[in-house]
Amino acid sequence: MPAEAAESVFPQLEALLPHVQKPIQYVGGELNSTVKDWDSCDVRWALMYPDAYEVGLPNQGVMILYEVLNEQDGVLAERTYSVWPDLEALMREHHVPQFTVDSHRPVKAFDVLGLSFSTELGYTNMLTALDLSGIPLEAKDRGLDDPIVMAGGHAAFNPEPIADFIDCAVIGDGEQAVLEVTRIIRAWKEEGRPGGREELLFRLAKTGGVYVPGFYDVEYLPDGRIARVVPNRSGVPWRVSKHTVMDLDEWPYPKQPLVPLAETVHERMSVEIFRGCTRGCRFCQAGMITRPVRERSITGIGEMVDKGLKATGFEEVGLLSLSSADHSEIGDIAKGLADRYEDDKIGLSLPSTRVDAFNIDLANELTRNGRRSGLTFAPEGGSERIRKVINKMVSEDDLIRTVATAYGNGWRQVKLYFMCGLPTETDDDVLQIADMATRVIQKGREVSGSNDIRCTVSIGGFVPKPHTPFQWAPQLSAEETDERLAKLRDKIRGDKKYGRSIGFRYHDGKPGIVEGLLSRGDRRVGAVIRAVYEDGGRFDGWREHFSYDRWMNCADKALAPFGVDVDWYTTRERTYEEVLPWDHLDSGLDKDWLWEDWQDALDETEVEDCRWTPCFDCGVCPQMDTSIQIGPTGKKLLPLTVKNAAPAAGGGR
Amino acid sequence: MQRIRLRYTKRGRLRFTSHRDFQRAFERALRRAEVPMAYSAGFTPHPKVSYANAAPTGTGSEAEYLEIALTEPRDPERLRALLDESLPAGLDIVEAVEARTSGLADRLTASVWELRLDGVAPEDARRAVDAFNAAETVEVQRRTKNGVRTFDARSAVVGLESAKTHSSQADRPSDHPCAILRLVVRHVTPAVRPDDVLSGLRAVADLAPPVPAAVTRLAQGLFDEETGTVTDPLAPDREAAATVPHPAAATAAATAPA
Repeated sequence: MPAEAAESVFPQLEALLPHVQKPIQYVGGELNSTVKDWDSCDVRWALMYPDAYEVGLPNQGVMILYEVLNEQDGVLAERTYSVWPDLEALMREHHVPQFTVDSHRPVKAFDVLGLSFSTELGYTNMLTALDLSGIPLEAKDRGLDDPIVMAGGHAAFNPEPIADFIDCAVIGDGEQAVLEVTRIIRAWKEEGRPGGREELLFRLAKTGGVYVPGFYDVEYLPDGRIARVVPNRSGVPWRVSKHTVMDLDEWPYPKQPLVPLAETVHERMSVEIFRGCTRGCRFCQAGMITRPVRERSITGIGEMVDKGLKATGFEEVGLLSLSSADHSEIGDIAKGLADRYEDDKIGLSLPSTRVDAFNIDLANELTRNGRRSGLTFAPEGGSERIRKVINKMVSEDDLIRTVATAYGNGWRQVKLYFMCGLPTETDDDVLQIADMATRVIQKGREVSGSNDIRCTVSIGGFVPKPHTPFQWAPQLSAEETDERLAKLRDKIRGDKKYGRSIGFRYHDGKPGIVEGLLSRGDRRVGAVIRAVYEDGGRFDGWREHFSYDRWMNCADKALAPFGVDVDWYTTRERTYEEVLPWDHLDSGLDKDWLWEDWQDALDETEVEDCRWTPCFDCGVCPQMDTSIQIGPTGKKLLPLTVKNAAPAAGGGR
Repeated sequence: MQRIRLRYTKRGRLRFTSHRDFQRAFERALRRAEVPMAYSAGFTPHPKVSYANAAPTGTGSEAEYLEIALTEPRDPERLRALLDESLPAGLDIVEAVEARTSGLADRLTASVWELRLDGVAPEDARRAVDAFNAAETVEVQRRTKNGVRTFDARSAVVGLESAKTHSSQADRPSDHPCAILRLVVRHVTPAVRPDDVLSGLRAVADLAPPVPAAVTRLAQGLFDEETGTVTDPLAPDREAAATVPHPAAATAAATAPA
């Protein structure tokens, strides 16, 4: 990049800011943000979370990579987020390119644009950002001075729908992967960029851990299914592996979490207490693709919380993971932190999904000083039968016992999360949710001796995801989902005695169909994404921006030449033989094991958790050369005695 | 309970901080700096902070004020330095005095503003200012939540002049024509903001800056009718502190580790 192309665009942007909503989100300058000297760095990353700042800023993945990269000598990382349509229009009118919020340099001036996709609904936002950056939308049209566009995050485990738009994808944990990519880019630049862009991508692909869609051809059968996916040049692997960080204590990031000035969706100090999950819930992509379980030690957690709170001033700590109550030392962690912060008005939260009495003890501990407002559980399925299908092993009696304990301990509200449209589901499975909620209220009134208790049922449509046993399953159509939810609503509202104590929240089935199309789509779906973007589609995760009709109209037109349609991608059941679009991306899971687990689901057979039963051969550990890493370490979390020894403010040194 | 009054700024790009944003950032800074805050009683206790008269989002300021209540006395200057360190650069805590008098808010009756009009020739600005000053009333409109409201922007203005040189705090480079206005405006209800005065200049003289004006509050305080100046609202507290040292502060200073 010529030097002048890397100048800050802030002066031009500044003139536009008085005319847009919440301008603070575009100015950067957050506490703990980093701006490194441009000229003294030779590898420069622009990291993007392709959604609004208020959603993107708290994202742990971006925050971790931002810090890991900026700690390296000669490497800089800056952040960029999707701009709202009001600013987008002004930027187009005044020719202001997509910029990073740190130094307001144009994204096009960076070596890499790394996008983190937690959800597929960010794809159109990526196209907006590319276009605003002046980077060609399709990888094949890019030149030597365009950044390498790299996708990561959970959605990248099937990058095929965006294969035309990205140069490469990295699947799995990013901490070590970004450093390896940095090393390769640096070497290539030092050598004078031999072989251009293609050579760089080839060097990345050769590692086996970076997927370059352009190096693979997809061949189709006459019926529209995929015949095979093959490398189109020698030296690139048939399958690309995910990355796994093995010792979380060696990666205590973020150390200095960003503290935004603007209001964001999560305003707390988050600590990831373990990564991975082997509960084996069959609908859960996150649980499947992040195996094995790797715990952060109790002492490592204690240190991160302490340092993080000091660095940020947050008043809440979130202990994150896919099922936080499952940490082998969670009891000691909760008690230790509650002791430590007893006098500090620091709130502790745990995304609590497990339905058992132990969870209530934990919740009690974490709310020692505070309010006991609401507890959340996720039975996911309404009937005993469907819970066996999805392998969410909780009986209705367990649930009732658990909520009885909760109401008995002073909790006033219980939230229950469910899904609609699970494989083999009938109306009856969903209608049983109403019965369950009724029993919860009955029991709650009995235990608490009060009518002033509530139960909220929250339910959304199930979307089958790649790399799960349900990857072959038919998705329920939007119409059937809506019908089923309407029946459930009527049943709950019709209950004269308990209905008023039961809240009902649901999401209609339409966005789920678009998510389903993008989740299990192949390269042909890229034409749909592009058409939607060109038709004005943005911010698909936002109800007020999402347009189902636009997606369906664009899909009809864009898919017609291929002889497939939205139903083909969503409501169609796949067979064992079918080549799935993501088969060449290796999450470590053995496809035959996934298929057997799918058959077990249909037979209503449950599978245990391999943390406390023998291995059931999902394939991840041998394939990825990894192993389960869990405690207990036997160590205790002590209160920090140094605290308050000398008052810091005004009284310190 | 000790009360401390602080003057703070919104500088550079952080002038886009809204008042709500500032409140959150400030309360976090209080926790980072481990300030022994007094909390309100009630179900959800809040640290006791009184904010006075915040500048609108998008305008810079050298003179914002707030007051905090502490459960243990602290040296104001050390407290200031700690809090300043705990906030992002641009939101700077620049002054701290212990409250010795009542009614800080009552002493904030007027503001001095600087309006930088990039791309406007100083002569044009001067003509518009003269027209504005000569007018008896200048009706302007502002869009509010309840629709468009019309009001007079002239009577609250006690001083408006086109500055010859600028003592600018603003952060934009200027090699083009640029006019600088200095505005003294009383705090009245409904408030007359710099934006309203700019609308007034447009109304009386068709002054239309090509880019948004960079507006900075330079001072806030009691308006002295005789001299026509705005006085330092913390001065009475400072004077009282100089004559009678507060017993609590003296103790704190004596026990603080060196």
